[in-house]
Amino acid sequence: MDDDGKDRVRAQVDNVYRVESRRVLATLIRLLGGFDLAEEALHEAFAAALEQWPREGIPDNPRAWLVVAGRFRGIDALRRRRRLEVAVAGMGESNAPSWPPPKASDFQDVADDSLRLLFTCCRPDLPPDAQIALTLREVCGLTTEEIARAYLTRAPTIAQRIVRAKQRIREDCIPYEVPSLAELPPRRAAALRVIYLVFNEGYSASSGTDRLRESLCDEAIRLARLMADLLPDPETDGLLALLLLQDARRAARTSTSGDIVLLAQQDRSLWDKQLIAEGVALVERSLKSGRYGPYTLQAAIAALHAESPDEASTDWRQIVALYDLLNRIEPSPVARLARAIAVAGRDGPATGLPLVEAILSSGELGDYLPAHSARGELCRRLGRRDEALVSFRRALSLAHQEPERRFLARRIAELED
Amino acid sequence: MKYLCLLYGNQEKSSKLSKAEFAALVEQCKVHDEELRRTGAVVSVESLEWDVTTVRARGGKPTVIDGPFVETRDVVGSFLVIEARDLNDAIRIASLHPAANMGEDLGWGIEIRPIADGCHQ
Repeated sequence: MDDDGKDRVRAQVDNVYRVESRRVLATLIRLLGGFDLAEEALHEAFAAALEQWPREGIPDNPRAWLVVAGRFRGIDALRRRRRLEVAVAGMGESNAPSWPPPKASDFQDVADDSLRLLFTCCRPDLPPDAQIALTLREVCGLTTEEIARAYLTRAPTIAQRIVRAKQRIREDCIPYEVPSLAELPPRRAAALRVIYLVFNEGYSASSGTDRLRESLCDEAIRLARLMADLLPDPETDGLLALLLLQDARRAARTSTSGDIVLLAQQDRSLWDKQLIAEGVALVERSLKSGRYGPYTLQAAIAALHAESPDEASTDWRQIVALYDLLNRIEPSPVARLARAIAVAGRDGPATGLPLVEAILSSGELGDYLPAHSARGELCRRLGRRDEALVSFRRALSLAHQEPERRFLARRIAELED
Repeated sequence: MKYLCLLYGNQEKSSKLSKAEFAALVEQCKVHDEELRRTGAVVSVESLEWDVTTVRARGGKPTVIDGPFVETRDVVGSFLVIEARDLNDAIRIASLHPAANMGEDLGWGIEIRPIADGCHQ
């Protein structure tokens, strides 16, 4: 093959890597029974592809080819390591654990393996930080450094979290299985929570570069879709709906100069109608089932905003009713704050403000920026300038990111004039 | 991405090994070294002699010091440059090195330093 041909093949291998590598990894983890071995096998499989595909052409089923190549090399490495352990220990017998023999079902549906891997990473017995880091790296394919930048921590901190999590999983007896029906609800809840946290990180202004933020949101949506496809469930649909409805507003959330645009001021013509339609349909289906939970309710609230042509037409009455329901099934100070803001929308700032102040004076959310920002906003609308300034200044002291700081600084400057 | 791996060891303890002990050590290391080599991730690897000389500015002029920059019991005995997807991948590869699997009483350890890459700001 000539050089142009080789470059074409190389580009195709790169493309296959981008599209398939995570799923091939998930299958290799199941077949080889370990993260590191699978990662090494994946690397070698792609190296083999780069070497052989220019000669033999791209296979009809690249993913299957890579799985076979990876498994072969992985088993080879395991055999070598066993001999290594024997050589180093100077013993006749190896203490290395045996792994299950290859099954006829080597080409089980790869999508199942992705879900299997997701559940492996989202184990309730691992700290949430570790679940997130592991999921982002192993399931989503982010690098350690990208995860660190997204969460504003150092790479060695993330690396250690991931290594420890993998050690915990290794110590488990049946580490890489989709949980049995009895274990499913808590595992599913853990997976949904991780997906939600990943999306939230991408959605909030606190993460790193724009590109990373967007890819976090995209990855979270991809995982939510995977869960919804393979393990249908109203709350899973609810979470997917919530993510789609929030993502639909992406283009309108920041101005061209990178400043925050509040929901009330957003240009709704920039909202993605297709995502909204999909999200609304999922919410309706989930609510009808009667087996909905907090994610569905939050999605229903997002749907009401999404369907309103402008801020003034927002159905605040229904939104407050939904927050009432949310606070009944999953009470939290944050949910109460959100309800208070909705009450202000329904009945005016004079009614909402005491509710916000009650939450703050109870000592909860003292360090929660949105609580102070909300109080500042309501005081501002009521013309209570000095109180608004106190709250906005407190919020500014809690702000970690530039867009947030700029927004609050602007509010303060406007009030000081 | 490239990572520099610095292999540390206690010089004093190493120098106390008998010839036989040293030979056995080398044999054990070979097996790990082979695994490391097979990864294809090693860009370069070198062992260092124990002699250390330092140059630094004093009064704006280069001054030579017989000895290390910092006096420590633990000294860099060799280094590797490896190519890895990310830090966890670098850890996986470095964990194949003898210093990550043996030599605890010789104070062996590996420091991993990412090599700065302009496009990863």
